[in-house]
Amino acid sequence: MAAVEHSEAIGADGVRRRDFINIAAVSVAGVGGLALLYPLVNQMNPSADVLALAQIDVDLAGIESGQAIKTMWRKQPIFIRNLTPAEIQAANAVDAGSLRDPQTLAERTKEGHANWLITLGVCTHLGCVPLGAAEGESKGEFGGYFCPCHGSHYDTAARIRKGPAPLNLEVPDYEFLSDTSVRIG
Amino acid sequence: MSFPWAEEYRPKHPFMRWMDDRLPLPRLVYNSVGGGYPVPRNLNNFWNFGVLAGLALTIQIVTGIVLAMHYEPSAANAFGSVEHIMRDVNQGWFLRYLHANGASFFFIVTYIHIFRGLYYGSYKAPREMVWMLGLVIFLLMMATAFMGYVLPWGQMSFWGAKVITGLFGAIPLVGEPIQTWLVGGYAPDQATLTRFFSLHYLLPFVIAGVIILHIWALHIPGSGNPTGVDVKSPQDTVPFHPYYTAKDGFGAGVALIFLAILVFFLPNYLAHADNYIQANPLSTPAHIVPEWYFWPFYAILRAFTIDFILPAKLWGVLAMFGSILLLFFLPWLDKSPVRSGSYRPAFRIFFWILLLDIAVLGYCGGSPAEEPFVMISQVATIYYFAYFLIILPVLSMVERTLPLPNSISESVLHGEKAEAAPYGARPAAAE
Amino acid sequence: MVRILGFLVGLGFVGVAAWSLLWGAIAYIGDPPAETVEHHFHEEARGISYSFDGPFGRYDRQQLQRGFQVYRDVCAACHGLQFVAFRNLHDLGYSEAEVRAIADQWQIPVPSINPDTGEATTRKAIPADRFPSPYANETAARAANNNALPPDLSLIAKAREGGAAYVESLLLGYQNPPADLPAENRPGQGLHYNPYFANLNIAMPPPITADGQVTYAPGNPAPTRQQMAHDVTAFLAWTAEPNLESRHQMGIVTLIFLILATVLAYMSYQTVWHGPTSRKVRETGPLDPENMAKREEASGEAGIVG
Repeated sequence: MAAVEHSEAIGADGVRRRDFINIAAVSVAGVGGLALLYPLVNQMNPSADVLALAQIDVDLAGIESGQAIKTMWRKQPIFIRNLTPAEIQAANAVDAGSLRDPQTLAERTKEGHANWLITLGVCTHLGCVPLGAAEGESKGEFGGYFCPCHGSHYDTAARIRKGPAPLNLEVPDYEFLSDTSVRIG
Repeated sequence: MSFPWAEEYRPKHPFMRWMDDRLPLPRLVYNSVGGGYPVPRNLNNFWNFGVLAGLALTIQIVTGIVLAMHYEPSAANAFGSVEHIMRDVNQGWFLRYLHANGASFFFIVTYIHIFRGLYYGSYKAPREMVWMLGLVIFLLMMATAFMGYVLPWGQMSFWGAKVITGLFGAIPLVGEPIQTWLVGGYAPDQATLTRFFSLHYLLPFVIAGVIILHIWALHIPGSGNPTGVDVKSPQDTVPFHPYYTAKDGFGAGVALIFLAILVFFLPNYLAHADNYIQANPLSTPAHIVPEWYFWPFYAILRAFTIDFILPAKLWGVLAMFGSILLLFFLPWLDKSPVRSGSYRPAFRIFFWILLLDIAVLGYCGGSPAEEPFVMISQVATIYYFAYFLIILPVLSMVERTLPLPNSISESVLHGEKAEAAPYGARPAAAE
Repeated sequence: MVRILGFLVGLGFVGVAAWSLLWGAIAYIGDPPAETVEHHFHEEARGISYSFDGPFGRYDRQQLQRGFQVYRDVCAACHGLQFVAFRNLHDLGYSEAEVRAIADQWQIPVPSINPDTGEATTRKAIPADRFPSPYANETAARAANNNALPPDLSLIAKAREGGAAYVESLLLGYQNPPADLPAENRPGQGLHYNPYFANLNIAMPPPITADGQVTYAPGNPAPTRQQMAHDVTAFLAWTAEPNLESRHQMGIVTLIFLILATVLAYMSYQTVWHGPTSRKVRETGPLDPENMAKREEASGEAGIVG
């Protein structure tokens, strides 16, 4: 068993000098490998066409008082309801502090547009689409929305009042471009 | 099974030792690509290309998996999904161009790797299995690349699929049913696309498996070397790590520079403009050509223009497949006792002509099927078959070879002219 | 045995190939292929240079905006841009409001479904939409264009040999057929002579006919025919390769990094091979006596020397 003899060249600081270039080469190659990782991971983030639909403009002109529409935003249902004065009054009459998810109607609408209630149409329990937005659908015991899956009842401000859902229907970011046009997202 | 080396290696680090006792992966790595694999010390740069091929396969698999997250394998939406990748997916254009040019890169390094084998006699005993497994890998690569090119569903994708699947119809008796079975219909369509997508995703992993066998088969006798003389003692070798890991690292850097130039500055240089047009079964492109790496075989296919007992089309198909299948028999066709072309001056001349011949075939394959290209490819095809089936067998029996060095170390340390042994001499103490 | 069979197979293929060669040569000599009319009159794309040529090429945003104007006013009535979305026009330097206005005012509406009746209808475009096709389908397109299909222009600069230079040469290449053009190659009803087109006669009538056909905003070069053709070609090059600039930038950075890494790798390689130490070699794998014996036996049987 022949072995080739070797000698160690050890620098004064204990690190073998000849190893420095090897370490440098491997480190730079490693950095390159990590840099390559970025596009491989980032390509799974939403693509430009998906991000383009992250914002939608909705025309409110056709929605009369007491009516609601369903539309889609980021592939999820949105309820836009034009509250009647009676519905607004019913919402404000409730003591917000007593609610499971305490919020006033004012906190869930915009200044000067208190009649416009814009929420996600996704029940906060397990994600079904509640009834109540379309004509003739059951509005539940509190006159808002009713989720038939497990019996969650939402009031006229889409706040959870009865049933297993933990939170009020989510209010997305939106702003009014004019009295009849709103930008969601 | 037990390997002689299995008992020897003990990792130093306690965690590695714990791992090695339970799953002998550390010693497998050590003995195959680490300090435990002795390699001839005189390998030249042509020995880099096997690793580069492995790198190319890795690039293709990684980019391919990521592209498959966005690609739609439907005849209606495939083309649009590729444009979606190019325009909307984050860095999608980079992944797509890397995958497309990565395929060309894979073939370039593989061809150089094969030519290394042809020149240095790497296919000769005891490495016949390494060679044949390599050919299996090559055939799988060709199938994978062909199917991959169909996926964007451009004009060349569709018409290339039509031509190549049409070749199967040339087989007598069973040709038509086989073609219909392959295509899933009467012409390439949705069914063809989805099955090609499925197989295109699968085959690279089959290739990876065959590569493991290829390397395993190599590591029994060990790597060849430019002299073709066997390793006689440890003096003839150096451990794979760090000698050839460092050399392969450098080689990979150079190769990646070429790949980067292609991907970032010439991404469509090797592509065909017609594949940026959506597939139209009613409109045939002026010239149907496959990707450049298939051009030599395409030239051989189109070289047979006259019926002779069998239809010309069938001769073309037989010759095209035959041109690769004959390579399986190379270890038994070339009976020269000397491995390396460095010591076979007559062989060398014919070999260079072969390289030129294959380049000519490639050029003709990419050209229209008109004169004078057809005649040139006929001459080139004649030489190709003559080289392997007539010239090499005869030459290997009659050629005069140069004297071989006694050992690798001798050839490295002392230079060969000084102490070359006479032809046929074996070292005094055979060990 | 293998060699004998191989020899016979080789003779077979060589023979049949030679037979084909013989008959091919006889045909070539006896009846040499004549140059086709198309080949004789066809002209290669002119050598035109663009701001985006070369590894450091960039798009000229002003030019792209002018080119988009030409597309909108001259080409959009017949040619779609199906893979480009209105929001992509941000790349040309238009603001969000301008892009929304372009989409809103686009002459061709976007197909849609009436939410109450379910009937097919149309709506105005929003920035997220892709450019709607001017025709409902291929049949409609052919019916409106004398059975010719105006190709979508999103990829035209990559889908033609010669690229952008070909597109521009074609746009400016309309001319009267030369006197020596044979009668059967003269443009018939609905066709126009253009030597840059492969078949010499193209169904598209000359799109850019007069200077000032499109009005450019002040501060731009005058809209001559050449300028309009050059601008719209640059725009079409952008629609085909919108990522050209970031590709070039990433390329420069990557190449610098790779060159640096390769230099380091080379220095490391030299240090390993010619540094002060060398490594001990174990007698494993191929040096294992059992494997060495196997190798010698196999080589010996096959008569390999060395």
